[in-house]
Amino acid sequence: MKLRLKIWRQKNAKTKGAFAFYDLDGVSPDMSFLEMLDSLNKKLIEEGKDPIAFDHDCREGICGSCGMFINGYPHGPVPGLTTCLLSMRYFKDGEKIVIEPWRAKPFPVIKDLIVDRSAFDKIQIAGGFISVTAGAASEANSILVRKKKSDEAFDSAICIGCGACVAACKNASAMLFVSAKISQFALLPQGRPEAKERVRAMIVEMDKQGFGTCSNTGACEAQCPKKIKLTNIARLNREYYSAF
Amino acid sequence: MNKILFSAISKKFVMALAGLFLLLFLPVHLGINLMLLKDDPEPFNNAAHFMATFHLVKAVEILLLLTILVHVVYGIILQVQNWFLRPVRYAVRNKSETSAFSRFMIWTGGAVLIFLVIHFFNFYFMKLGLVDGDPENFYSIAYQLFSIPGYVILYWVCFILLGFHLYHSLQSAFQTLGLANDFWTPVIKGISLIYAVAVPLGFAIIPLFIWLLK
Ligand code: SF4
Ligand code: FES
Repeated sequence: MKLRLKIWRQKNAKTKGAFAFYDLDGVSPDMSFLEMLDSLNKKLIEEGKDPIAFDHDCREGICGSCGMFINGYPHGPVPGLTTCLLSMRYFKDGEKIVIEPWRAKPFPVIKDLIVDRSAFDKIQIAGGFISVTAGAASEANSILVRKKKSDEAFDSAICIGCGACVAACKNASAMLFVSAKISQFALLPQGRPEAKERVRAMIVEMDKQGFGTCSNTGACEAQCPKKIKLTNIARLNREYYSAF
Repeated sequence: MNKILFSAISKKFVMALAGLFLLLFLPVHLGINLMLLKDDPEPFNNAAHFMATFHLVKAVEILLLLTILVHVVYGIILQVQNWFLRPVRYAVRNKSETSAFSRFMIWTGGAVLIFLVIHFFNFYFMKLGLVDGDPENFYSIAYQLFSIPGYVILYWVCFILLGFHLYHSLQSAFQTLGLANDFWTPVIKGISLIYAVAVPLGFAIIPLFIWLLK
């Protein structure tokens, strides 16, 4: 496959970036999107040019490092896939692909397609955990959990913190992410003792990090590679109101 | 504590409550307007008179004005804040799928607000004595307005936009209040659709009927 790529280049957080154009030949439909970028980078390095910086780690959709805005969609046009799992077979030969970093004030660009997502870490640090006494793990079956609840908790726990929800949202709201991090504990008995402190702390931190206010458009749910559901946001709201 | 009380979610909670109150008010207003279809101006004028003079209604009226104010002011503040959160815009238009009309709430809301201002000049300010006219005969004022084609077209356009606004607002208010789950959300969405079609349609057919029948 031959591709015409339009990619955002930005030296660092302080400089103004701009788009650069690249023609790339020899792309296999079996490549992942990141492998396609690898092959472009190989070419750039061989030509003595600065390769394109992008975040990646696991390359199997579980770490949340990767993520870019591809042709108008966070993580590309295929629902339920991270950028690393997006295969080039979804693109046509000769297609023009525009690649941009996540755009949101709380996610400043560090270089090219890499954005600083430590705002998410700070929200997590504020309360996205349960306090446990160190030592041997307790017997798992001593606390009974309804199957439905444990499934729902699991479905929210699979949020990988990629930030696509913020990137997709017209308000740059982090509600889907925070709601997933709240729900994974709110639904389980182990999460209940600290539920009030958790939701208050995380919401205050979310505001402090400067994320926008949710207007329930649902763009986050549509673009989330882990299909985190909008009903989590309603649960977050409930948890919040009952924390007073 | 302040940070918690004035968090983004709290502001949205207020927005949602105010919106729901307005959603309750609209059918009441529609009920009175439907009396315009009668040949006899008495029932409509009586209802308008009752709304203007009865004490309890007056208290609700103040609440209603405050609600509109809060809903509009908070809506604008939140929207403007959100606009500043994407200083560098995407080069390619964001194609992420969203709930219908949810992206245009500020614009559809703005159109409704403009209509509301016109409406206040036509009726409410007259009642307050701020503009000339006979507040005891709103019936004939309504008929006069409905005889102006330009007014009726504006009226229809605004009600279509109101319908767009209402469709998202009802379901969105429930979501913001935390009243959403896999079972109820589809039901609420269905009710949103019925409400958003029925209420504006109810208002919009009145000038049409008047034209056709009288
Ligand atoms: S909610 Fe979805 S889109 Fe948002 S950070 Fe988690 S996995 Fe990514
Ligand atoms: S690289 Fe880990 S999710 Fe894509």
